[in-house]
Amino acid sequence: MKAFKRALWVYHLNTGSCNGCDIEILAVLTPRYDVERFGIMLVGSPRHADVLLVTGPVVKQMVPRVKRIYEQTPDPKLVVVVGSCGIEGGVFYESYSLAGPVDQIIPVDVYVPGCPPRPEAIIEAVVKAWVKLEKAEQGVR
Amino acid sequence: MMQEETKKATYTIPVGPIHPALKEPIRLALTVDGEEIVDADVFVGQVHRGIEWLGMNRNNPVQSIYLAERICGICNISHPFSLVMAVEQAAGITPPPRAEYIRAIIAEMERIHSHLLWAGVAAHEIGFDTVFYLVWRVREEIMDLVEYVTGNRVTKAMFQIGGLRRDITEEQFPRIRQSLDYYKSVFDQLKRVFLDDKTIQMRTRNVGILKKEDALKLLICGPSGRASGVPKDVRQDQPYAAYADLDIKAMTPDMVTGTVVGDVYDRIIVRLLEVKQAIEIIEQCLEKMPPGPILAQPKIAVLLKALTQAEGEGIGRAEAPRGEVIHYVRLEAGQSTLATWKVRAPTYVNLMAVPTILKGMQIADVPIIFASLDPCMSCTNRMIITDRALRKKSIMSYEEMHRLSLQKTEKLRR
Ligand code: SF4
Repeated sequence: MKAFKRALWVYHLNTGSCNGCDIEILAVLTPRYDVERFGIMLVGSPRHADVLLVTGPVVKQMVPRVKRIYEQTPDPKLVVVVGSCGIEGGVFYESYSLAGPVDQIIPVDVYVPGCPPRPEAIIEAVVKAWVKLEKAEQGVR
Repeated sequence: MMQEETKKATYTIPVGPIHPALKEPIRLALTVDGEEIVDADVFVGQVHRGIEWLGMNRNNPVQSIYLAERICGICNISHPFSLVMAVEQAAGITPPPRAEYIRAIIAEMERIHSHLLWAGVAAHEIGFDTVFYLVWRVREEIMDLVEYVTGNRVTKAMFQIGGLRRDITEEQFPRIRQSLDYYKSVFDQLKRVFLDDKTIQMRTRNVGILKKEDALKLLICGPSGRASGVPKDVRQDQPYAAYADLDIKAMTPDMVTGTVVGDVYDRIIVRLLEVKQAIEIIEQCLEKMPPGPILAQPKIAVLLKALTQAEGEGIGRAEAPRGEVIHYVRLEAGQSTLATWKVRAPTYVNLMAVPTILKGMQIADVPIIFASLDPCMSCTNRMIITDRALRKKSIMSYEEMHRLSLQKTEKLRR
């Protein structure tokens, strides 16, 4: 496997999810899956992040916050949507209180389907985002 | 006069982003006097997805089970459990006895996973990340078991009106017992880590106290109530499913320490005891489980027809890891959806305790106190801190608060 040039910092944003995806994201960080060994780390502020992991179908109340967090994340950045409900509403589609799915609000780069997706799938998505990010950077240079 | 100013000062609150360790977004408004918290308020509604509306307008009751599962990804047994009990009561369906036992088994598995998840988060909140990782590693065992029994790690899709969709067979017993034995073997270690550690004691003893009178007045339920000495447990008081045949007692902290303080430490004790209790319940269920079918009506078309023709109302109550979950449904003849569906989740009641338990505490204690209720909505990444002495508002990020919490642990250690 090709070595990655840098550590990837991710920020997790819940836009009204059921927690299912969120606990799987946490599981990815804990010893069983342990992504920190690859340098993937969860950070507490979007200002430090390279990748936004977004869960949830975006309820109306969260729209301004989602936009703001996207703007707060420095470029180059990537957005990964984790979970079916963030991709197309999932079981909540048609509900009156949704403004989403996520790609209606902010641009999305990687989609991870599943309700919730398995931890392995989340890791794969972050790696995909990583590759895309590196490519983008090479293009810039 | 002073009071009025305080109220005025806390009216605009920006919602911060979300901290991953805690789940859904929520806003808190704290009024502080220097370091001390003099008032607190909670604001909810950032994850409103209109689930009940969907159940009343789009789905038939069987489809609503999967919607109920997604009310919360952590309690995704308790919610469908209550819903199917309510619908069964409304439509007059009795699930077979074997299904009742399997329901109890998976509900207890959920309790183990949820309490361990909580214990990890609580350790993280006071800066013990090693313990957080330890507990989450231990938790993966139950996730494996859940996957083995139900086919999925998180959303299990086990429930069906009138029974279950999957059986537990004899061949699966050894694997289940193996996991239970594993938990019995690590239990003492967990107990030592959480209850004997000096620093954990200092950070949690006499912190965030909820007295018994207050708990009764605010109707606090679940482990948070039991930690204040209210021995209330739906499984004990109004047994449902197989719980009536089992030996269940509400866990209170005096079983370990002899007294009830009602602080964060007591809440840890209660949850640890409940993990042990859950293991014992699963063992009893495996022993007593009767043979037989797992569905009252295996033909789904017949079931749906019966539900459409049914008329009546029902209430389902279940003891979720966080307290009592209640689902109320009404069925009307000729209507394929639920005519009424109302969900009451335990956190909504338990949040009422937040102002009481935060008052008089320090800002550095907010994360652990808030987490000690195990609120199933999330933390705020930012809160507005109104300093009464300085008369100014400042916004504090969750990170900053977490840092304060770490500093306090460090200080106490020295
Ligand atoms: S995709 Fe499914 S599990 Fe994930 S947050 Fe949405 S409803 Fe929950």
